[in-house]
Amino acid sequence: MIDLTTDPVLTAKPESRVWKKFRSHRSALLGGILVAFFVLIAIAAPVLPIPDPFATDWGAVRQAPSWAHWMGTDEIGRDVMSRMIWGAQASLLAGVVSVGIAVAFGVPLGLVAGYFGGWTDAVISRCTEALLAAPFLILAIALAAFLGPSLTNAMIAIGISATPIFIRLTRGQVISVKSEDYVDSARAIGLPTRQILSRYILPNVLPPILVQATLTIATAIIAEASLSFLGLGQQPPEPSWGSMLNTAKNFLNQAPWMALWPGISIFLVVLGFNLLGDGLRDALDPREH
Amino acid sequence: MITKAHSSEYPADTLLSVENLTLRFRGQSNDVVDDVSLRVRRGEVLCVVGESGCGKSVTAMALMGLLPVGSTRISSGLLKIEGESLCLVDTVVPATLRGNRIAMIFQEPMTSLNPSFTIGNQIAEAVLQHRGGSKAAARERSLEMLARVGIASPEKRLSEYPHQLSGGMRQRVMIAMALANDPQILIADEPTTALDVTIQAQILNLIRDLRDETGMGTIMITHDLGVVAEIADTVAVMYGGQVVEQGPAADIFADPQHPYTIGLMSSMPRLDRPGERLSIVPGTVPTVAAMPKGCRFRTRCAFANEICGTRPSLCDVTPLHSVACHHAPLEAHIEVAV
Repeated sequence: MIDLTTDPVLTAKPESRVWKKFRSHRSALLGGILVAFFVLIAIAAPVLPIPDPFATDWGAVRQAPSWAHWMGTDEIGRDVMSRMIWGAQASLLAGVVSVGIAVAFGVPLGLVAGYFGGWTDAVISRCTEALLAAPFLILAIALAAFLGPSLTNAMIAIGISATPIFIRLTRGQVISVKSEDYVDSARAIGLPTRQILSRYILPNVLPPILVQATLTIATAIIAEASLSFLGLGQQPPEPSWGSMLNTAKNFLNQAPWMALWPGISIFLVVLGFNLLGDGLRDALDPREH
Repeated sequence: MITKAHSSEYPADTLLSVENLTLRFRGQSNDVVDDVSLRVRRGEVLCVVGESGCGKSVTAMALMGLLPVGSTRISSGLLKIEGESLCLVDTVVPATLRGNRIAMIFQEPMTSLNPSFTIGNQIAEAVLQHRGGSKAAARERSLEMLARVGIASPEKRLSEYPHQLSGGMRQRVMIAMALANDPQILIADEPTTALDVTIQAQILNLIRDLRDETGMGTIMITHDLGVVAEIADTVAVMYGGQVVEQGPAADIFADPQHPYTIGLMSSMPRLDRPGERLSIVPGTVPTVAAMPKGCRFRTRCAFANEICGTRPSLCDVTPLHSVACHHAPLEAHIEVAV
């Protein structure tokens, strides 16, 4: 007879079950590795044995990849690999900070709208819909142009543009969770609303928000690259994948590597976050438990 | 001899009473709960019985102040707890009452616990909310409660998550949580409906034992007459949002007076009358909008006649047993073989 009290499946904590499922998900693992790689090089950029990303070398302008410059050099002789690695910092920072802003505003607003309903919900939802009516990137460009070109402002603009997604997602989740019996039972215990929201609603709406956040980081990275490409994000000479692409487009025939590396980087990091998000979604899906 | 019931009578050992509770939901033209008065004394189990949709649960939710504030209109109702009165019209039942002096357990133990936290965490939360004190003391209290509701190896269970427990176990945890603050009143909304029969009996026994130990009053909401026979001291039969008959359980079972109660009783299989055909109450409870004027049961009643177009009031057939039917006591009014 099986002893149910020691059965590993039954006694496993939910987190470890999720981790197990996530690990067995190959593409999610690949996504995780890609993301980890870029995070690692971004963090390690100052200590890596790479040339100064700002050092110009007029004797080595637009050089093809070589032993001295593994990914070639740009139009004023700066090392492309070094700039790509330093550029990862701007991209990841923009992705994480702007999604952080979106979550920080979107989740509380969604919680309030979903839980209290009524006119509170009406006001928040109408504003959300108004923001959602403008396409994400157009809104971000407009806001960034309004705030003035800088990486910080680009992050704020992207963050604000992504906020309605989180308001809407959270609100919908809250509406379904608040009718759960355990919320009634929390109210029957006499817990104050603040505590019900923070301990009964929030933890149970978090998984889909986590998935959405991961996927939105990918979108935000593309948005940051787009803004930098348009000159509204990271300002030269600070390295950024978007602005590298912008200069590279003038030399596509003579020095394709200038466009190739930042392009590949954007592609890989976005792919990484998307795979990671998909994997998280599958691992956290309660229907498959 | 039929006399008017005296709702002003207030025995000294009454723990909780609710008087003339009437409420409706926004957008509805009829009352969902209509002039319901209930009373529970110390150590008493009151069973509220009725079909689905007769207003049992809504009544309980109203007592707990759990109905959505925006969409519920309570037009009358006075809640008394040990003599302290609280008018339910346009008030929010204070959270200091809920979980502290009145506690509630729900029908679905599988979904009534927060999946994100451990059992111990949740019981301790209820304790800390009303009693304060240290986390260690709350944990101690949680352990004590788990042991008291008959959970084996409470130390171990304390750190487990709800999904690791069976339905019966979860209902025990719910009871532990509800009783952690020594409430005077326990409202149990169909606590055994979702459990299988052996577990049902265990849970009922547990509630009865705890009642004996603590002297708490219990309001048990159920549609299961087996549960009523098992545990009830007094019974209130509800139909269409009204109490149609109430009295001691023994009287109601031995001498049901309202045609609806009679219908309920004869739809229950009985061991002492094998081979007897079960009868049914024809039709279903009318929707709130389609509720007939006068006696709300008259559309399904075999005895209905023109007098039923006026609303019968709850009248005593014996000093403790009252019924809302123009034809009560049936034996005296109608000569038919029931």
